[in-house]
Amino acid sequence: MNEQRQFCTFRLDQHLFGIDVLDVQEILRQHSVTRVPLAPPVIHGLINLRGQIVAIIDLRVRLGLPPRTSKRPPIHVVARTARGAISLLVDEVGDMMSFPFQANEAPPETLRGTVRDLMCGVFQLKDQLLLVLDTGKIIDLTTRSVSA
Amino acid sequence: MSDNSELVKEFLVESYENLDRLDGLFIDLEKDPRNLENIGGIFRTIHTIKGTCGFFGFERLQSLTHAGESLLSKMRDAEISLTPEITDSLLALVDAVRTMLKQIEASGGEGENGYLELILKLTALLETPNDDFNAANSTLIDDNQLPPTGLGSPGTLTSLFESANPAPTTSYSSTAKAIQVPGVPGVSPVSKSGKDQTASPAGASATQPSDRSDTAKTTSIEHSAGAQMGTTREIHSESHHKGSDSQRHEEPKSDAHGLADTTIRVDVVLLDRLMNLVGELVLARNRIMQFTTSVSDKAFVATSQRLNLLTSELQEGVMKTRMQPIGNIWSKFPRVVRDLSLSIGKQVRIEMEGKQTELDKTLIEAIKDPLTHIVRNSIDHGIEMPEIRASIGKPAEGLLSLRAYHEGGQVIIEISDDGGGINPQKVKAKAIEKGLITAQQANQLDERGMVALIFLPGFSTAEKVTNISGRGVGMDVVKTNIERIGGHVEVQNRVGLGTTIKIKIPLTLAIIPALLISSGGERFAIPQVSLIELVRLDSSNSLEQVYGAPVYRLRGHLLPIVFLNQELGLTPAPADAVQNLIVLQADERRFGLVVDAIYDAEEIVVKPLDQMLKGLLVYAGATILGDGQVALILDVLGLGMRSHAVDKSTERMLENAAAALHVERQALLLFTSPDDGRMAIPLSKVTRLEELASASVERVGGNDVVQLRGEIIPLVYVFQHLPERRKEPRNPDCGVPPDIIQLVIHSANGHQVGLVVGRILDAVDAPIALQRAAGRRGVLGCLVIEDWVTELLDVEGMVRETLPHLYDQLQSNTP
Repeated sequence: MNEQRQFCTFRLDQHLFGIDVLDVQEILRQHSVTRVPLAPPVIHGLINLRGQIVAIIDLRVRLGLPPRTSKRPPIHVVARTARGAISLLVDEVGDMMSFPFQANEAPPETLRGTVRDLMCGVFQLKDQLLLVLDTGKIIDLTTRSVSA
Repeated sequence: MSDNSELVKEFLVESYENLDRLDGLFIDLEKDPRNLENIGGIFRTIHTIKGTCGFFGFERLQSLTHAGESLLSKMRDAEISLTPEITDSLLALVDAVRTMLKQIEASGGEGENGYLELILKLTALLETPNDDFNAANSTLIDDNQLPPTGLGSPGTLTSLFESANPAPTTSYSSTAKAIQVPGVPGVSPVSKSGKDQTASPAGASATQPSDRSDTAKTTSIEHSAGAQMGTTREIHSESHHKGSDSQRHEEPKSDAHGLADTTIRVDVVLLDRLMNLVGELVLARNRIMQFTTSVSDKAFVATSQRLNLLTSELQEGVMKTRMQPIGNIWSKFPRVVRDLSLSIGKQVRIEMEGKQTELDKTLIEAIKDPLTHIVRNSIDHGIEMPEIRASIGKPAEGLLSLRAYHEGGQVIIEISDDGGGINPQKVKAKAIEKGLITAQQANQLDERGMVALIFLPGFSTAEKVTNISGRGVGMDVVKTNIERIGGHVEVQNRVGLGTTIKIKIPLTLAIIPALLISSGGERFAIPQVSLIELVRLDSSNSLEQVYGAPVYRLRGHLLPIVFLNQELGLTPAPADAVQNLIVLQADERRFGLVVDAIYDAEEIVVKPLDQMLKGLLVYAGATILGDGQVALILDVLGLGMRSHAVDKSTERMLENAAAALHVERQALLLFTSPDDGRMAIPLSKVTRLEELASASVERVGGNDVVQLRGEIIPLVYVFQHLPERRKEPRNPDCGVPPDIIQLVIHSANGHQVGLVVGRILDAVDAPIALQRAAGRRGVLGCLVIEDWVTELLDVEGMVRETLPHLYDQLQSNTP
């Protein structure tokens, strides 16, 4: 019962998000990106991850957040998924956080939009909420069409 | 349990291989029924399957194979000679076994179908005397009586088992006995030592079935067979090994697959991984080779060179492990040919040349179905009925020949038949009838173009739809499948003499030579296969515009132009930059791609794109360059389609046809179009030219008409009916004074139409080979006349569109 879940947290816009730490393969800072012309905006480009070509999903676009304004380069959170590695582009990476299993709450009913479809729960922090995302749903672009 | 499933998998793989070989052996056997070696080979295969499935407890499969084995054993002892009926049954056996194996593969169980009828038939055939077999058989099968009637007599049964015995393996055929003789208490499976021992228990038990023959229904057979199995399974596995061992001893030389000792089975997944690793190594090598250019350390350079060579060799070696001889998929064709030709009453012989030609496993898989389709087509449509062949002096037996060979880094596969060939007129008529092309389009086609129509979707010339072919899905699918793997199909047709389908495919897909280019600051790779030539553009040879569409004159041919940066939405290069033109070929159509810079040719490793990007047809994948950067690989066909440089298949076909037309000179009337372009009408369609005052035009029933020499002539304003590309014509009146109209009178059977054109320039004699398909309605295509790009007006099309009722008249009066 006392089982803990660990999350890798990151920030996008004002929000704090997390994904299960077991889904995270690695975190990359600067990496040279190859753009894919004609690709949907959610695909930021491709990177060479030690010989493996990995697609990058811009989480801001995926979650319907406004475009990035900060000058600081975004960070790649490389996630393991059923389809292989995928890089998720975030503004900055936060701490690792642990929560007991049962602390997870369903997303509030009033929350609408893409983010609700991609979430699998909410944890309450002292001054903020941690929105937990489901990587499987993030890479499935058919889950709520993103602005093409 | 997991151990067992591994074993089952191995059994399945081995059995499939064996079965594939069987098909060939049967066909050989039919040609030479006395070839004991072949019978022995078939026997062994069936026997092996039987033995192994006994071990796994697949009882139905075992019963079935046993029945076949008994029959084969008799044949091997020359007690039964081969008849077509036996061959059919044995082939049916092979099919049944294959079905069951598939079932096992899919579900782990052998399924409910016990193929009892087939077992009965096989058992019945055991009784086939050497001379008169038919009568005996038919009654047996019709009666559907369980064991052959003769089985009741101990003598027959004894001989049955005796005959089954000589093979060292049949001795443990207890299941079989359980089937043939329901309820027989286990004929001692241990009795493999000699004939006499086996014979006696069999004889003893033979009385039982006759007692129960009325009650012995199919279910009870299965049941007893199953019960039997439970007790004898272990012995089976043991005796199977012994059996096969001793067999190997007996006939070591006849076993062509005794190579087993020098080869091992490797999982394809492992090979794929090796291939990937080698791909990585190639990339690492490429990077190191880049460093060597800037390093002066001799030892380092020498080591790099060595690494370079070794990597290339390793790459070649690993690629070879994935190579398979094409014979692997050809081996089933003799059977296909036999079955098919028998079923439609034709006689066809198959010849194969170059079975050893190797190509990548994935490619082998990809061409399997297309090849089968072509083979079926050749037999069904190509080769004539024996009577027809005889009447035109061909041998009654048709010949289908398969050839495979390497040529210029590609594998060429030719499938030829000596049948009637493709009748171009028939193909044309069919295509028109099916509405695939219009009669008018068809008239532009030459013979090659007409034959090429068979590749259109929905095309089929079979007079009647057989279950073999003629359902209208066919050659187009063949073509798409071959093109999907970077291949190419062409038809060589000799009417009355036969057809050859030639397929060209690349050796492998994983590592390909490519040209690196850049556009809009991004680098891309273009596969060398699609590359024709590189052209540097400067002021002396630049691009021209036809209605806003850029073209380039390449040695007298018009090349549609695609700007890569525009197509991909990249930042355009500065206007004064030197442009590079890459001439590409996709699907037999050429187009020019303008890029910013051209770099090196390099071997690249093709990596698939993430699923999310699969929808982008302009990319064939991605690769990692020498500097570690990712570059996208352009899909030339996809790019051509996207930019409309390569268009829908119909148009493409027509265009090919047009290009293939003999360059024929024709008199043309030239005139100007409103935007200073040039247009032409064949002089043969012009009756006369007239110049009139604009004021003489009258309006009748919504149409403009003029009176000329006592006739009322309806007018067609050519430019009003051409879709305009430019928003504002440069030259609205085409240089004709506004109060004058120049008319081209076109007539057919006394009905005349006046075409209002721009300024009439000249009449010339020019080669009328269309160099580009129509870019818009009302135009047949483009050609170069006197160094001007000229559009050829589609007179009929225009008249039909503007004056439909009149067009009908013109047509109906045309003989």
